[in-house]
Amino acid sequence: MSEKTGKARRGGLGQLLIPLIAIGLLIIFNLIRDPGFFSIETKLNNTGNTVLAGNLISIINGASELAILAMGMTLVTAACGGQDISVGAAAAIAGSVFVRIIRGAAPVTGGTVALAFLACCAVAMLFGAFNGMLVAVFRIQPMIATLILYTCGRSIAYWINGGATPTIDSAITSAIGSFIPGVPIPTPVIIVAIMALLFSLVFRFTTLELFTQSVGINQSAARLNGISPTLIKLLSFIILGICVSVAGSIGVCRLGLINHETLLIDIEMDTILAVAIGGNSLGGGKFRISGSILGAYVIQMLTITLYAMKVPSTDVKAYKAIVIVLLVVIGSPVVKRWFSGLVNRFHAGRAAAVKEVG
Amino acid sequence: MKKLIALVLALALCLSMAAFAQADDLIKVGVVNNPPSESGYRAANVADFESVFTAENGYEMSPYYSLKNDEQLTAAQGFITDGVDVLLISAAETTGWDEVLTAAQEAGIKVYLFNRMIDVDESLYEAAVVSDMAKEGETAVNWLLDQGLEAYNVIHIQGAMGSDAQIGRTGALDAQFEAGTMKKVAQQTATWDEAEAKKIVESVINSGEDFNVIYAENDGMAKGAVAALDENGITHGVDGKVIVMGFDCNKWALKELKAGNWNYDGQCSPFQAQIISDLIKSGETPAEKKIINEEKGFDAKTITDEDIATYGLGED
Repeated sequence: MSEKTGKARRGGLGQLLIPLIAIGLLIIFNLIRDPGFFSIETKLNNTGNTVLAGNLISIINGASELAILAMGMTLVTAACGGQDISVGAAAAIAGSVFVRIIRGAAPVTGGTVALAFLACCAVAMLFGAFNGMLVAVFRIQPMIATLILYTCGRSIAYWINGGATPTIDSAITSAIGSFIPGVPIPTPVIIVAIMALLFSLVFRFTTLELFTQSVGINQSAARLNGISPTLIKLLSFIILGICVSVAGSIGVCRLGLINHETLLIDIEMDTILAVAIGGNSLGGGKFRISGSILGAYVIQMLTITLYAMKVPSTDVKAYKAIVIVLLVVIGSPVVKRWFSGLVNRFHAGRAAAVKEVG
Repeated sequence: MKKLIALVLALALCLSMAAFAQADDLIKVGVVNNPPSESGYRAANVADFESVFTAENGYEMSPYYSLKNDEQLTAAQGFITDGVDVLLISAAETTGWDEVLTAAQEAGIKVYLFNRMIDVDESLYEAAVVSDMAKEGETAVNWLLDQGLEAYNVIHIQGAMGSDAQIGRTGALDAQFEAGTMKKVAQQTATWDEAEAKKIVESVINSGEDFNVIYAENDGMAKGAVAALDENGITHGVDGKVIVMGFDCNKWALKELKAGNWNYDGQCSPFQAQIISDLIKSGETPAEKKIINEEKGFDAKTITDEDIATYGLGED
């Protein structure tokens, strides 16, 4: 009986334990360092809106692109047992398409922004389908298949931009990148919430989650049960494409400028890390998107903490690496098994002691 | 099949001879540069050379673009074999050029360096037209000192550490920090990344520390910094609390200046082609081989639309 509840408890939280512990430790560490670190205040921004500000808002807001990409990456990881390393380059392409269309329209209206987003979404899905085809149809290792776009993606973005770093200046795009008038919460945070809701709705009302997991766990068994692994893998890359277009558009709207060289640079590694910290197996199979989202916030919280401590940004990556190595090792099957063995022995010992007393 | 190949080769030979004959009176210029995709600066640099070394001006230009030094070396060797009259080089790396430049000298080809210096003996090239990044920094810092602020609390956002532009533009400001005339509130590299610059400024704002100057080592990072100010309701620009400084003179950045949102933008001139063309035409070797390209700094209060049209890089 007690064993059963123990299992259920571990099953319920298990995977999320590591990111939650990491967030907890970071919160405690920061509160000791600076008790006011997480205080939130309201400010009047330069466009006249009352908005929320503070480190906590910076963390949640700054992690938006990463969180969105991590959602899609989780699906690809689960289905293919490999990762897409081209998300940053693909986001640069998506962002370039977005900017290109907005710059083409003289007065920027809600319609043109919607059109620009749909176009960049279509392009990103197309590139996603390209990656997916290489992986699903031609059975190329995901990391090798996406290496192609990783290498040439930013050049393609440059070609779309036509050289310089084009800027966009419109009230609508800056509202997407920062705050909608009258709403004190940063828009990117709202978009993350919408994306998470969409994913949970899709998982609730379709069999996508189940099918993805079965393909990831055992491809042949899935096929024998009438699930097409090719289709599921392809689908996961196309869904990641949608995430890429959303992240790219947010990134562009934040700054009002597209720089093909720097937009979401190195984000692919952070995205994969977010999936790993979230307790998902990078070998595919079972997954939880909520874990990856938490993973994204862990990474961002770490970065902001290091900045607040005035660690030189050249060293930030090294410190980040140390913490991440610790997290990944703690979350590894070997350490987990050792730890649960320890817990079981403790329980057994206590049970024996109780028996003796009884 | 063999006959066909022979025929094609013969035809190609004839055609190339014809091409040579046609271009005989033009000065043949081989240009080795970095690709225009490298940056907005490079795009303007490449466009500048394309607009000066034209057939109307008496040149026949063949460009080669690569970010890799060894590919550039091979291309330069190729230009020497092709028998160009003049070789213009903006090298990817400062080392490894001795052999190629010696070969050029032996072949009687005049070599001009632009934009970047190379570690070779001065006798191997005619002249080098370059930017002085340290001077860009000094011009900017002198402008800042001229503003006569009561206190200088500076957020310094650096470019990719170790790059020419970063070292040059950091030097002058570091000297002020050391002398104590300005206070370093934060000095962080954003590696030319706009979003990173925004995060750096955000973290300073959240820490509650006071600052009144943002010195960003390029325009993009200044824009990222300003986005953070806007979200937190901190005024900036001509009548604002925070002075915003950028570099590179992108057209859109100069427009921010004109609108009074920023205060200063330092030029990094990509326009070296005319200077080199004048040197080639005059045939003289300058007394001082290193020619510093004159570079300006623009003040939001004095900038004109004409300045934006003349000195602004890239698209609007």
